[in-house]
Amino acid sequence: MQSRLPILIFALIMAAIPFVPGMPPFWIVLLDNIGLAALVAMGLVLLTGVGGLTSFGQAAFVGFGAYTTAVLSTTYGMSPWLTLPLSLVVSGLLAVLLGLVTVRLSGHYLPLGTLAWGLGLFYLFSKLEFLGRNDGISAIPPLSIGSFKMLSPGSIYYAIWVAVILSALLTMNLLDSRTGRAIRALRRGHIAAEAFGVHTPRAKMLVFIHAAVLAGLSGWLYAHLQRAVNPTPFGAQAGIEYLFIAVVGGAGYVWGGVLGAALVVVLKEVLQSYLPLILPGSGQVETIVFGIMLVALLQLAPGGVWPWLMSFLPQRTSGKKPDTSLKLEQRTRSPGQSSVLLQVEKARKQFGGVVAVNNVSFDVQAREIVALIGPNGAGKSTTFNLITGVLSASSGSISVLGNKVDRAPPQEIVKLGISRTFQHVKLVPDMTVLENVAIGAHLRGHSGPISSMLRLDRADEAKLLAEAARQIERVGLGEQMHQLAGSLSLGQQRIVEIARALCVDPMLLLLDEPAAGLRHMEKQQLATLLRELRDGGMSVLLVEHDMGFVMNLADRIVVLDFGTKIAEGTPATIKTNPEVIKAYLGVAA
Amino acid sequence: MLFLLQDGITNGAIYALLGLALVLVFAVTRVILIPQGEFVTYGALTYASLAAGQMPGTAKLALALGIGAFAFDLFAARKALHGRLILRSTVTNIVLPAIVLALTVYFAAQKPPVAVCIALSLVILAMIGLFLYRIAFQPLAHTSVLVLLIASVGVHLALQGLGLLFFGAEGQRGPAVLSGSFTAGALRFTGQSITVYGITIAFIVGLWLFFGLTLYGKALRATAVNRLGARLVGIRTTLSGQIAFLLASVIGALSGIMIVPITTLYYDSGFLIGLKGFVAAIIGGLVSYPLTAVAALVVGIVEAFSSFYASNYKEVIVFMLLIPVLLLRSLAAPAVEEEKD
Repeated sequence: MQSRLPILIFALIMAAIPFVPGMPPFWIVLLDNIGLAALVAMGLVLLTGVGGLTSFGQAAFVGFGAYTTAVLSTTYGMSPWLTLPLSLVVSGLLAVLLGLVTVRLSGHYLPLGTLAWGLGLFYLFSKLEFLGRNDGISAIPPLSIGSFKMLSPGSIYYAIWVAVILSALLTMNLLDSRTGRAIRALRRGHIAAEAFGVHTPRAKMLVFIHAAVLAGLSGWLYAHLQRAVNPTPFGAQAGIEYLFIAVVGGAGYVWGGVLGAALVVVLKEVLQSYLPLILPGSGQVETIVFGIMLVALLQLAPGGVWPWLMSFLPQRTSGKKPDTSLKLEQRTRSPGQSSVLLQVEKARKQFGGVVAVNNVSFDVQAREIVALIGPNGAGKSTTFNLITGVLSASSGSISVLGNKVDRAPPQEIVKLGISRTFQHVKLVPDMTVLENVAIGAHLRGHSGPISSMLRLDRADEAKLLAEAARQIERVGLGEQMHQLAGSLSLGQQRIVEIARALCVDPMLLLLDEPAAGLRHMEKQQLATLLRELRDGGMSVLLVEHDMGFVMNLADRIVVLDFGTKIAEGTPATIKTNPEVIKAYLGVAA
Repeated sequence: MLFLLQDGITNGAIYALLGLALVLVFAVTRVILIPQGEFVTYGALTYASLAAGQMPGTAKLALALGIGAFAFDLFAARKALHGRLILRSTVTNIVLPAIVLALTVYFAAQKPPVAVCIALSLVILAMIGLFLYRIAFQPLAHTSVLVLLIASVGVHLALQGLGLLFFGAEGQRGPAVLSGSFTAGALRFTGQSITVYGITIAFIVGLWLFFGLTLYGKALRATAVNRLGARLVGIRTTLSGQIAFLLASVIGALSGIMIVPITTLYYDSGFLIGLKGFVAAIIGGLVSYPLTAVAALVVGIVEAFSSFYASNYKEVIVFMLLIPVLLLRSLAAPAVEEEKD
């Protein structure tokens, strides 16, 4: 993603192709079709491969783009250049409408939902009078610059490929940014992303719109290439085809979309023109062979062809180290603040008949390390989820610096300066440690998607990465900064989570079993780090099972058993508390 | 009005069966079974061809797929081949479809009775379903839902193309399973619609008993909930997948056989019929069997009414029916963290 050189070479090659002497015009037509499909597939890469939202309905957005310009440039005689923004806006707006209904659907409802409206819209295209019903609209004017009309496939070729390469650049820029990290975190579930202030429904909507606009662009080009539109290419079959273009190419990679488009378009063409020569007579042999080859290809390379090809290139794992001299704004900490940072009062959480947390009260003061301990199933993690807004309490109240936050969503809680780690590590395994940690600083950056695409976010971005790098070095993982998070040991991943939480610039750090999976030395380093943080003014609330670790570190300990608080006090008093001993060791008969 | 309702219920019953099959396959194998529609047309057209005294190409396909499955079995077990395994694989994958092919050739020549046509069609389709899973999906069982889905599209395309090859572009109709009719009040019940109701109800009850009471049914449910856990307690998840596909293809074929006396079916009619089963399955949330059945009835009824009052917009209305349902679901569904892949 760093180097622009391969893209430049690619662009030059594409620009030179029409000038190759003896280039059959038919190849140019194929390249036009590849470009059109690549645009849609690229949107799907972002939507499905990166964002984890599977859509069968993209063909409908191609249709919106194509029909918008068809109607406006024929019935209303508008210039195609004026209809371009309108086509994109129509696709985008309809994406908002459809997205409001479907994007919130989780898991498998979403692809099926998109299939449903994809089909419905196809029938609508073929039934509406002003869209020309099944016959569609013909005599669409060609694109023209001055008196030069792009009538031939060779002249619109440039318009198509400029669109493809620009879209690829913008999409890659978007992925490599603050917003992009939020999008890339979507596929791994929303809890971790939300804990750092990412508004996941908004991020999903964003990729949905992005994909729709790319599809609309493809539709606009299509309408002016064919100079006629009818409903057929916008049906469910086409929607499915776009999806498998993306999957065959490699659904997680922008260039995978382009490669997939090339593979599928060429394969279909070859099958259509050569297969009848081998197996004459029968009508649909190419569909049969195509279907079989698709399955075979997936069995050979389930991840797609692009990553499979890339695995032959030498790996580059070293990245540039961010300039750590850049600083982000710090949270203002007024010294006169009340010393009670977190106040939990009679918090209660019931799941059906099970009382996971039973009227628990405790507080955390400024500059204090409080440990929450208790046997398995005592309600410790549930308490964490209540504090951070992942769950809302059945009754009782939780306040931060005197403000009640009972019903606040996680995104609001983190704004107040409470950040957390998770008992089951929630990192994005195919992002680097640096990128993962930078998600922690999400709320401290301000660049939106548009400025990211146009690379106007670099100053902001540099500061975010600098902060992430600083926190990674602080926790002692500077060496691993550019490795993929998934390649680290579980213990190291927990430490990465701490670095990510520190990027929030928190006042209170919630750590869920941070020492699990660490070696003895690493535990000591962690304890040292936590003491430093406390002395620097931060408070820590941690859940931990390693009693040696807790007793040496914590200023105060709260003990839960079966959801109820049974003791609270300094490590020394907890050690001798008969209730605690009973909870952990049982009662002597 | 009433006859529309009746029409809708008849169609809805068939969508219910298809929806059930889709839910079953998805729950067990995570495959969204787009070729379900092809099972419908294959079943229907095999039955119609046999009844017309023609030799259906599907019997040959079953043998061809069987040979493919045999090759996959041998390749998968190449490190640990032993006599019993080869024998078992040969019997299920080659001998069985060969016998069925021979029977089909024998019967096709002499316009067999309806019962024989049905039995042969079901057996042929059962084998196709079983072998398809072995060849196309079992090697991909560990991959994501998305990859499985695309593979499913590939299988759909291949089967649809083969359908044209086997049955031609002409539509076909088959003889009624149960002829005769009677009237009750304003309604006229044909033997065929009674068959549809009867078989649908029998299947729903049968599936319910199968999943609730038998060991295999429970194994399938266990696989659906947690593949790894199921394997740890000794359930062969590949067997579960095979059973699911076998059931799905039989259900599809049966639905086809029930429709083909009522409407003319073409080689590519299956896709839309399957999709309507899908709509029902989605409304049922891809997990609940009773909800899917109820939803299928609603889909059938809406379709019947809209084809009467606004036939142009029939498909639009049916597929757009989903949107409000999805809306409700998304409002009602709590934000659950999914552990993916």
